[in-house]
Amino acid sequence: MSEIVIRAEGLGKQYRIGEAQARNDTLRDALAASVGRAWRGLRRLSRPSRRERFWALRDVSFELARGEVLGIIGHNGAGKSTLLKILSRITEPTSGEVMIRGRVGSLLEVGTGFHSELTGRENIYLNGAILGMTRAEIDRKFDEIVAFAGIDRFVDTPVKHYSSGMYLRLGFSVAAHLEPEILLVDEILAVGDAEFQKKCLGRMNEVAREGRTVIFVSHNLDAIQRLCTRCMMLDGGQVAAYGPTADVVAAYLSRGRGPVDAGERVDLSSANRQGGSGVRFLSAVFGSGSAEAANRPYTGGPLEVALEIQADSERVVESLAISIRTLGGTLLVNADVIELGQPVHLEPGANTVVFRIDALHLNPGRYMVSLWAGSTVSTLDYIEEAFEIEVVGLRREALGMTPAENGLVPCAFSVETVPGPAQRMAREALP
Amino acid sequence: MGVRISASAAADRSRAQSQGEPGITYIRPSRGWRALDLRELWRYRELLYFLVWRDVKVRYKQTVLGASWAIIQPFFTMVVFSLFFGRLAGVPSDGVPYPIFSYAALVPWTFFATGLTHSANSVVGSQQLLTKVYFPRLAIPLATVLAGMVDFALAFAVLLGMMLYYGILPTANVVWLVPLVVLSLITALGVGLWFAALNVLYRDVRYVVPFLVQVWLFATPVAYGASLLDNLDVHWRVLYSLNPMVGVVEGFRWALLGTDTAPGPMVLVSSLAAVLILVGGAFYFRRMERIFADVV
Repeated sequence: MSEIVIRAEGLGKQYRIGEAQARNDTLRDALAASVGRAWRGLRRLSRPSRRERFWALRDVSFELARGEVLGIIGHNGAGKSTLLKILSRITEPTSGEVMIRGRVGSLLEVGTGFHSELTGRENIYLNGAILGMTRAEIDRKFDEIVAFAGIDRFVDTPVKHYSSGMYLRLGFSVAAHLEPEILLVDEILAVGDAEFQKKCLGRMNEVAREGRTVIFVSHNLDAIQRLCTRCMMLDGGQVAAYGPTADVVAAYLSRGRGPVDAGERVDLSSANRQGGSGVRFLSAVFGSGSAEAANRPYTGGPLEVALEIQADSERVVESLAISIRTLGGTLLVNADVIELGQPVHLEPGANTVVFRIDALHLNPGRYMVSLWAGSTVSTLDYIEEAFEIEVVGLRREALGMTPAENGLVPCAFSVETVPGPAQRMAREALP
Repeated sequence: MGVRISASAAADRSRAQSQGEPGITYIRPSRGWRALDLRELWRYRELLYFLVWRDVKVRYKQTVLGASWAIIQPFFTMVVFSLFFGRLAGVPSDGVPYPIFSYAALVPWTFFATGLTHSANSVVGSQQLLTKVYFPRLAIPLATVLAGMVDFALAFAVLLGMMLYYGILPTANVVWLVPLVVLSLITALGVGLWFAALNVLYRDVRYVVPFLVQVWLFATPVAYGASLLDNLDVHWRVLYSLNPMVGVVEGFRWALLGTDTAPGPMVLVSSLAAVLILVGGAFYFRRMERIFADVV
């Protein structure tokens, strides 16, 4: 076995939970509260606070040998990012120790430190320096970085005029030319278009094949399975599983409660969620309303989801959405009222909102449903893994068979045999 | 593809990163005061250079007047001072024309005040960097203060132009300008470090600093000469000259305009005070640094 390059022992990180911010509805309340706050603030200076603490990461130990690619998976809030932040020395652990052998490069965000007023060229140097490259190194790789990002015509344009795609490509390109012995990567593949993601994955593959050690945090199980030799699953800040990728991914997929029956009330009051206070999903019920499918959602059929939502006061929610993912985390469907331009009005207390998807273009299988309430700038309530549904196949026409390897999404198609070479038809079809 | 960094270069770098065994970094919880680790800061000098360069480049982007703001600010303050203090109040100016008397003081003062204000807000303003990448955090306030040198140079060029206009030749004491500028840099950075670290925990700092700068301006002989205080009680004068900027401002006039305000022995005491503030600030900053990423 080759040399151990990372050894973590009993790593823990404790955070303090901030005091909940009470809302002040009148100026008088606000004034009274601010005087109280100032008084409490002054008192806090003189005595240690006794706010609640929680462990974002607890007792994490692992070893990684040179050249291994470790994937880290887990729910939101499982401690993945915290672990990465400790390894990249952004934040200190509260307990434990890590030994790292070699130069570490961390990529927690694409385009860290980019300044919108500076040109692409200037940002390459700035970003490179921030990521730990020397000027000589950047000089040497400059042309390659520009070519990889595909921005050669815009090198001397301020990046504020870049499209978001160009911005991401440039940011990733600089990072991709970083050559540390150990690379820490967080979820960057979640952004950007498909081509860009492919490029990122390709580059990461290369990095791994060059014998560098990589730690990769992602929600995307497909990417994890393709890239990683080992995998760690975190849950509640602790290591829930650690070993060969296939085993850990299998454990991750089977940890759920399995699909919920149509028509059954799913209690969401204690679900794992993110967001502020004020709006909360209480429960959900779904079904297709089709007697033939016994109310179960089916390929090509409708899907209705009734959500019970608790609001603390009268509210207008700009963005309310249900989305459907594969169990591997790939987003397939996102039905957001923001797209309809139709904000949802909530009364104080419990409200019921019904989403209706007219035709569900998903092949039979199990899918995860996420619920979201918020605006373009803030999250009110977000349950990433609200419940699992099973889509069934209803129409078994013709031979009653489906291909062994079906895709996720069905399509309407037909087939016909035509005489002559195929090129002719293609040429004729062109305008 | 991917130009591979030569094995020896990588090994060199790893060796440089060592803490004990070559190439090995230990990450552990730290407690209490920490070493300044200036060696690490030195290793990141290229980043420091790029941060300064960014600040200089960006400071006046998307302003119509651009870098001329570096001149306009002290120059128009001088005009206002000349009008109200020089003309209307008749503040004595140690035998040189009042405009150049006040401008010679405003040049180092503006450098100091901008450096202090910007560095106090620098850490909070770099939230994005703090939470995404590791580097010695001291580089942030240091870079903002150093970036002010460019503004200083521009304003100083105007000062030379004004001396030409008034036909004033600098004395041989100009060489003393260098330590005086260093003194104002140390003071700005020292106080800036304290506030930068405090600002992360208590955003009150944002409101305290402008007020402090204003008070400090009046506690420094910028609009008037220190000679005005000659008939004050000696205790008050000692207290007054503890302010390092008194020595800087009076020293500028003495070195450039030949006024009779050579910094006395008190400048040594105030320099010592400035160095103590800087060292204390740096240690306090390092102590607070570990929670920056969590709290900011």
